[in-house]
Amino acid sequence: MAYSDKVLDHYENPRNVGVLDKDDPNVGTGMVGAPACGDVMRLQIKVNDAGIIEDAKFKTYGCGSAIASSSLVTEMVKGKTLDEVAAIRNKDIAGELALPPVKIHCSVLAEDAIAAAIADIRAKRGETAAEPAVAAAS
Amino acid sequence: MSSLSVPIYMDYSSTTPVDERVAEKMMTCLTRQGDFGNPSSRSHPFGWAADELVEEARKNVAELLGADPREIVWTSGATESDNLAIKGAAHFNVRRGKHIVTLKTEHKAVLDTCRQLEKEGFEVTYLDPLADGLLDFDAFEKALRDDTTVVSIMHVNNEIGVIQDIPRIGRMCRERGIVFHVDAAQSPGKIAIDVDEMNVDLMSLCAHKVYGPKGIGALYVRRKPRVRVEAQIHGGGHERGMRSGTLATHQIVGMGEAFRIARDEMASENVRLRMLRDRLIEGFSDMEEIFINGDMDQRIAGNLNISFNFVEGESLIMSMKDIAVSSGSACTSASLEPSYVLRALGRSDELAHSSIRFTIGRYTTEEEIDFTIRQTRAAVEKLRDLSPLWDMHKEGIDLDSVQWAAH
Repeated sequence: MAYSDKVLDHYENPRNVGVLDKDDPNVGTGMVGAPACGDVMRLQIKVNDAGIIEDAKFKTYGCGSAIASSSLVTEMVKGKTLDEVAAIRNKDIAGELALPPVKIHCSVLAEDAIAAAIADIRAKRGETAAEPAVAAAS
Repeated sequence: MSSLSVPIYMDYSSTTPVDERVAEKMMTCLTRQGDFGNPSSRSHPFGWAADELVEEARKNVAELLGADPREIVWTSGATESDNLAIKGAAHFNVRRGKHIVTLKTEHKAVLDTCRQLEKEGFEVTYLDPLADGLLDFDAFEKALRDDTTVVSIMHVNNEIGVIQDIPRIGRMCRERGIVFHVDAAQSPGKIAIDVDEMNVDLMSLCAHKVYGPKGIGALYVRRKPRVRVEAQIHGGGHERGMRSGTLATHQIVGMGEAFRIARDEMASENVRLRMLRDRLIEGFSDMEEIFINGDMDQRIAGNLNISFNFVEGESLIMSMKDIAVSSGSACTSASLEPSYVLRALGRSDELAHSSIRFTIGRYTTEEEIDFTIRQTRAAVEKLRDLSPLWDMHKEGIDLDSVQWAAH
């Protein structure tokens, strides 16, 4: 399978790998996907009082395109507001990485991860009635 | 300094390079200076010379199986042999019954042929294997009916390398007058084949898994008692009417030579391969959360199929960029489904997604094994650092209890 240079770059040098404190009131956590599907992404964003995302971290279980998609997303969201980030579409991600048709679903999952992280932070702040993305039995 | 040439080939079950001895022999059948004649040309020396070479090759293939040369039919490969065997026997025996029994872990060439027969009105039972990949004999016995005419079970599985108890299956089929077909594409040179001991009626073979060329195979068709198959390719009536088409002398000679070498060198090669394969296993043995897929005893020497939990297979292969292997991961197959073989073993989707198949062969060296161990370990470590599932496992979270937000 031939990967684009951009995918290889993100895969070899993933940006912003790691974890933020999910109990921090300023951190939104979105976990999407399922092991059975071969793709699980966890995206975390730290939002400051001005409503700007000042930090983002990710961890992904998935193929090279999935890892690249989530790594790219952490770069795309930094310095933006929640509303700006909610406007990011999977085709932006897929386009930037030159994903082939069979890998488009990886960018869709990344878009879902953003939505889940936003929903989580908004719920923490009581801004909407949206539920957090994952209900872990822990 | 090492003489290691990357990428290292660890995918011998997928295909093999042609042995130099085989290639040399093949080349003598191509040009004007060589034996280019049509083996069916009965009237001149060009044809006679080519025919003689074909018959010598036929003998070499037959000898590896313990068969008579007249029982060997040349085809374009094991896929064609599977088609000829299953369709051919099913159609020939249609008045006795229309039921076929096979295993879910068979090669697509068998499964898809069965699907085609289902479209034509045949009934097929696809049995589940046991967790180690072996046939469940209780289920098998129950599945056999009065109208069962064909059973197809492979000798060695291409993904996990497990070896089925063919003689026992053959006995059961013989008792019931059922035609028994065995896809033995992965067997030559790896384990002994004796068609009489194995009670086999039809056997599919190909050259490219045993250092012969691609595009040539054979179907063993038993003469005593006589097994009949309806031809699938019609024309000049070659191969006793079972498979028409001018015989490709160079291809056949290649297969014959590959089989001759395999027969001569199998014993010593297996000792070496087992040692190398065990060295590979040893190199991973202290890692957490690894699972070997398939029975370790009933297994060919050169196969290791292993799942590295919490790491996805395609990303692992991408990280092992200097090693050529294959994966049971969905991403590496055209569909998004994980290996159907591993699923049939009862492996969870996650473990099927995380599996790597290492298959070694004639040209594998100890140095290559050690390099493979190093690079695989480093890749798994790197990807586990990237994996949220590994984090959750380390935190003691039971992943089965999580409600995933799958899309």
